[in-house]
Parts: sequence; structure tokens; C-alpha cells
Amino acid sequence: MSVFDGLRFKRTSSPVHQIDPRVKFVTSCIIFILAIMFTELLPLIVLLSVQIPIVYIARVSKEWFASLKSSLLLAIIIFVTNAVVGYMSSDFKLTSSTLTYSVSMTLRFITLVASFSIFFLTTSPDDLGLALEQSHFPYEFSFAFTTAVRFVPVLANEAQMIIDAQRSRGLELDKGSFMKRIRNYLPILIPLIVNAIRRSLELAEAMESRAFGAKKTRTSLFSLQIKIRDLLVLIISLFILAASIYVRFNIEIPMIKIPTF
Amino acid sequence: MILLPIIEIKDLSYTYPGLSKPSLSNITLSIERGSFVTLTGPSGCGKTTLCRCINGLVPHFYGGEATGEVKVSNLSVQDQPISELAQHVGFVFQNPENQLFSLSVEREIAFGLENLALPREEMKERLEWALDVIGIEDLRQRSPYELSGGQQQRVAIASVIAMKPKILIFDEPTSSLDPLAATKLFKTISRLNKTLGLTIILVEHRLDLLSTLTNQVIVMDDGEVKMNGKPIEVFGSPLAKLIGIGIPKIVRLYQEIANTGSVTKRPPLSVEDFTSYLRSRL
Amino acid sequence: MINVENVSYTYPSGINALKEVSVEIEDGAFVAIMGENGAGKTTLVKHFNGLLKPNEGNVTIDGINTRELSIAELSKKVGLVFQNADHQLFCETVEEEISFGLKNFGFSDKTVKKRVEWALEILDLAQYRKTSPLMLSGGERKRVALASIMAWKPKIVVLDEPTLGQDQNQKERLLQFIKQLNTQGNTVVLVTHDIEFVAECNPRVILMAKGEIVADGPAKKNLTNRRFVKKASLILPQITQIFNELADLGLPKDVIGTYEAKQLINNLIKGEQ
Repeated sequence: MSVFDGLRFKRTSSPVHQIDPRVKFVTSCIIFILAIMFTELLPLIVLLSVQIPIVYIARVSKEWFASLKSSLLLAIIIFVTNAVVGYMSSDFKLTSSTLTYSVSMTLRFITLVASFSIFFLTTSPDDLGLALEQSHFPYEFSFAFTTAVRFVPVLANEAQMIIDAQRSRGLELDKGSFMKRIRNYLPILIPLIVNAIRRSLELAEAMESRAFGAKKTRTSLFSLQIKIRDLLVLIISLFILAASIYVRFNIEIPMIKIPTF
Repeated sequence: MILLPIIEIKDLSYTYPGLSKPSLSNITLSIERGSFVTLTGPSGCGKTTLCRCINGLVPHFYGGEATGEVKVSNLSVQDQPISELAQHVGFVFQNPENQLFSLSVEREIAFGLENLALPREEMKERLEWALDVIGIEDLRQRSPYELSGGQQQRVAIASVIAMKPKILIFDEPTSSLDPLAATKLFKTISRLNKTLGLTIILVEHRLDLLSTLTNQVIVMDDGEVKMNGKPIEVFGSPLAKLIGIGIPKIVRLYQEIANTGSVTKRPPLSVEDFTSYLRSRL
Repeated sequence: MINVENVSYTYPSGINALKEVSVEIEDGAFVAIMGENGAGKTTLVKHFNGLLKPNEGNVTIDGINTRELSIAELSKKVGLVFQNADHQLFCETVEEEISFGLKNFGFSDKTVKKRVEWALEILDLAQYRKTSPLMLSGGERKRVALASIMAWKPKIVVLDEPTLGQDQNQKERLLQFIKQLNTQGNTVVLVTHDIEFVAECNPRVILMAKGEIVADGPAKKNLTNRRFVKKASLILPQITQIFNELADLGLPKDVIGTYEAKQLINNLIKGEQ
């Protein structure tokens, strides 16, 4: 599974799926804010672990762990960078505080990826588009968004067909010098772009022929409705945010330190 | 009371901006309400351009100057925006993939209705009606990407008829479909014509599947209308052979054997007609 | 010679496209692989030039297993002309487009020049040599794609749905071109669901449905068999439909082509007079 599978909507039914996307977005942002507010290991570990039961309730555990796995590379880079900088700035000694700090930066990153992964896994692009619309973004925005999502698999398929067609004419994509390999992608890119333009033209024709732009304001067949459970989740999230701010400024957080060797 | 033709074209000529040769030259024709017109001709003869002149894509989307007059349901195409004409003329394009932009069939069908700012109740009614007429209720939650070409075309048709136009234009709708799917699609289109009384303009090369469904055949070549009449007259004429349209094999076989002296000049269009003709000659 | 032995293939997305398919195509053969969209026709021919390698079973071209050769090496022998020409065209002129494959396969500049001229001739594209392929009409673009493959003279030519979107004149020219190719000794494989076109070519017909071969034999036998045709989600050729109704007049049922039909009926009429 690639990193994209961790972001792709999984069509299952779960309590998490049914929560209004706008509320879920706010909750993800709150997790993000909390991750930034704390540099201590304990709260960050709590923040990450608290998401795990949510993931299981949402029935997206396989995909969620896959998205964490694919962010591993970047996480390692963050860890190493922080460790190296800390090492160099403490007279070339790997101190406990450097290690601890590097771990917490890495955890912060992973927590961020984790929370937004849950968001995308449990929210259909349709509902995302609706959320954009109902949040008073111009219709063009949500239309562009949903259309883009709609055509991602089509474009991916087409790219593969173009690669197949050109390889059948002797194009070898894995041979030659670095420069040659880049040039070899032209026979793939050009048809891809040309077809994308042609496709946009056909889409525009079809849209016009179905009266796109006929009236200044559109109506909508579907709409998102905030229900009690959405309000509950929102209130709980905001409460946690408020409580965390209080803790941040008033309570001493027990320090966990990573020992050096 | 004489009913005016639903489409009236007088002396229409058009050149795409940037091209030197006109795509249409002095086209004059009229189409009666409720007709099932087949529009055919060699590639590049102007069939698609003519269709675009009827729903307003020419001149409003493609630009350029169209001279002459095109009237649809008594509205002048020159003077009406495409969004207005879209409520009178529905257009189903060749490539099913590129005319579906939503993530579910329901939303796709509702798209045009939302554009027209119809109230939700009416949209729901029309959605159910369109799904029922085309027979795709079981596809309502599906995403276009998952559907076969034939299914996608049906969704496109449903999305278009939901806007309740009186005229439907189909531009080579079966070009990517296999014969069974194509036959199914033509049957659906024929049903829309017979039971809903919709005027159909179908651009096609594969005439053998259509010959018994259509009641008017227009043949174009090089930007001009060369033939316009009943299928029997058009298919049987030597001019059709000269221009090079896909004359149904039944007709061609008839023409090959009719050389040996035959009374009837009306070629058979169906297998039954052909066999009765042959039996009558023996 | 193409040899497909018990090949099964499943796409990474999980679709089982080929189920233990076996087929042998000798040099100089003329074969049409037919069936509905999704039957596995294109998947099968993609194994011929190595684009796909079987999960199970083997594909050998002239005795060599396709797993041992690169796609480029196999494509030199097996020219695969795809359905959509727009997936290939990217050069500034038709000439360059035709020379693309030749250059990839390492032909000398002199030979490239000669072959480009030849390909332009046989496909009637000489007048467009300096034109951008993107400026041409759909049918012309298809011819450019075909020319660019013919240029390196592959022994085996596979055409995937060549009649799609073509008008009558274009189809007739294509028919002549294909017949000539085969007469000149090339192996021609047509992947199509255009029954009427195949009825006029009268090749060997392999019918496929749901990843399996349903029938393999002469066109006159397979295209006139109601059971096979139904399984492959096709319909009987119009001429066959007529002759099925006339069986009581002593006419054979396995007629598919216009020429033979005309002869038989004229003889019948003369016989009665």
C-alpha cells in the first residue's frame, strides 16, 4: 500500500464515517494544535495513542497503519536532523535532552499525519465537496475538487496506457544516463498533457450543455446536516482544547527523558 | 393547425475560428417534432458541427461567425445562451468518461438540475423519474469510474433527460461499445423516441443496427447536406454508395441481387423484409 | 510463432483477466480475437510483446519465453497497435513520429529515412509529413500510429480495435491494408468486436468470454454458431441471420460474407428460372 492509500476514502460504515466532515476537520485541527502546544513526550504519546481506538472504531486500521508506515521515511529524516543539530550544538555530545527533543518532534509529525489520515479515510470526497460548498466557498472550488478526485483514477489508468504504448515502440524507461532518462519521459508526459487538455475541453462542453452557470446561485440535492452526535463530538473536542490550554499554562508536566548510552 | 418543425435551419454556414475552410456550407433543413433522425456521412463532413449549431455550442462556445438561421423550438440559437438552450436540447457526447464529473450517479443526474436552481423536491422527483426511464435504479450510488462504457452512456442519457429537453442529440454514442451494448443503447433511445415523443438526432456510422428504428436519414459530405429522406430512399440510392456511408449489409446484398431484374425499388431494411422479398422472387 | 500455454493473469487490482488460456498462432496466420469489452482480449495480446508476463503458464515467441526478453526486444518482432492513437502521438511532425520507433530500435539514419518514406507511402500520409500529428483528424491520427509501428516491419502485427470510430471508406481501406499485410507473409492478429468487419475478412476466429477461450476455429464455423456467439456476448452477422431464415430453401447456414451470399442467392434464383 502506498502513501496514497492512506489518504483514500474507505467506503465502510462506522460511527466515525457518519460524523459531519466539518466537525471532523475541526477535531483534526485541534489535535494538530495540541501537538504543537506540547513538546513534552508524555502529552504527545497520549495524543497519538488516543487516536488508536478511534481508528479501530472507524474500521480503517489497516489503511491507517499503512499511512503511518509510509510517513516513516520523513519521520526518520526529522529525527536525524534534530538529533544532528542538537548533537552539534551541545559540543558534539549526544545528550538526553537532544534525544528526547528529537523523539518528540518526530512524534509530533507522526501525530499530525495520523489525525489527518483518519480524516481523509473516513470522509468521502462527495461530503468534502459539500462541506466546502456549505462553508460558503465558491461553488467552483468544490466542483474543481470533486472533479479532480473523480478523474484521478482515470488519469492514472491513462498514464499506464501511454507507458504501455510507448514501451511497445521500443522506449526503455530504465536505461541510460540520468539526462537520457529524464528525456525519455517526454513521450509519456506530452500525450498525458495533451489528453488532459482535450479532456478538459470535452468536460467544459458537457458542463455547458447541462446549463452550467445558468443561474447565479445553485440549489443542492444533498446537504450536510449537523446532528446531535456531531455537536457532542465538537463540544468534547473544544473542551479537550480548553483543558489542554489550562494544563499547558498551569500544570507541571512530568518529564520523560530518553537516556543516553 | 400546422405544427412548425421543432428545428428549422436556413442557409447555415460556419467556419471554425482559425480554419480557412468552412465546416458547414449553406445548410437548409427542417426536422419535425418526434422524428428519429440519423445523421451520417464520412469523417469530417460536418455532422458534429451541425449538432453543435443546434444546441448553441456553435457559436457561443466555439466562437466564430455562423451565418444563416437556426431555430430550435422557435428560439433563435444565435440569440440564446447555451444554458437556456440546454433546457430544450440535450446533448450526449461520444466519450462516456468525459461527460460525467460527479462521484455518484445520483449527483451526476442532479447536476443539471442544480444548475437550473430547481427546488429540492422537484429535483428528487426528476431524479427518480430519470433513473426509472433509463432503468438504472440499481446504479444510483455507484461511482462513474466503476461503470462499464454502456452503463456510463446510460447515466449520461439519464443526466440529460432529467432536464426535460424535447430534443436529444447523440454524437456517435456507441463508438466505444460492443455490439450487444450498442443494440441495447439504440433500443433505449428508440424507446425515448416512441414513448416520450422526444425528437432524436443520432450521429452514427453503424447504420445496420439503426435502419428499422430511424424514420429520417440525413447524409452529409464536405460540409453540405447531400441527402435527406426516408431510410429506404437514402440507403437504396446510388449516391449513398458514392459518398461512402455504412449502408446496411441487407441493403447491399439486395442491391447485388436486384441487378438481375427486379420490380421493387424499395430495398428491405430488416431480415424479415429481405427474406419475404427473396421468397417472392422465387 | 506465438505459443500461449496455460496462461493465467490477474491484474494488481484483483481482476482475474485470463484463466488458463492456451492458443497457438503460426507464422503467416490471420486471426481475429473477439468478445465483449472486458473478455480478456487486450490482456491476452499484451502478453505477446511482453507488456504483461503471465502469473502462471508460459508465452513463447519463436521459441523464446517472453520472460527472458525485454519489452523492447519483443516489440521488434511483435508490433502492437493500440486502440487509442492519442496515447502515442507526441512528436512535432508526422515524420518524427514515424521515426521514433525506428530510432529506439537502433536503425541507422539511412535506414530510418528509407523506412519513413515507405511508411508514409503505404499509409497514404506523404502529404502530411511535416504536419503536426495533433492537427490531423481522428482517422488520420490512427493511420499515423499504424505507420509508426509498420515502419520497423514487425513480423507479427497486432491491431487492437482498429475499426473504432472509422467511417465506411476508412474501414474498406483498412480491410485492404490488412489483407495485403497477410498476403505479404505477416502474421496479423485483430482484436475486435466488429463482427461485420470480421465477416468480410474471413480469418480464424478465437472467441473469448470472461477470461477464457470459448471457441477457436474458422470464422464461418464460429461466427455462425449461435451458442458460441451468445457466450461471447456478440451477435450473428446480418448475412448469417438472413441465411438462417432461408434454410428451408436449401441454402447453407454458415454464410457470413457478402460475396458468397450474393453468389449463392443468384445461383438459387437462376436455378429456379
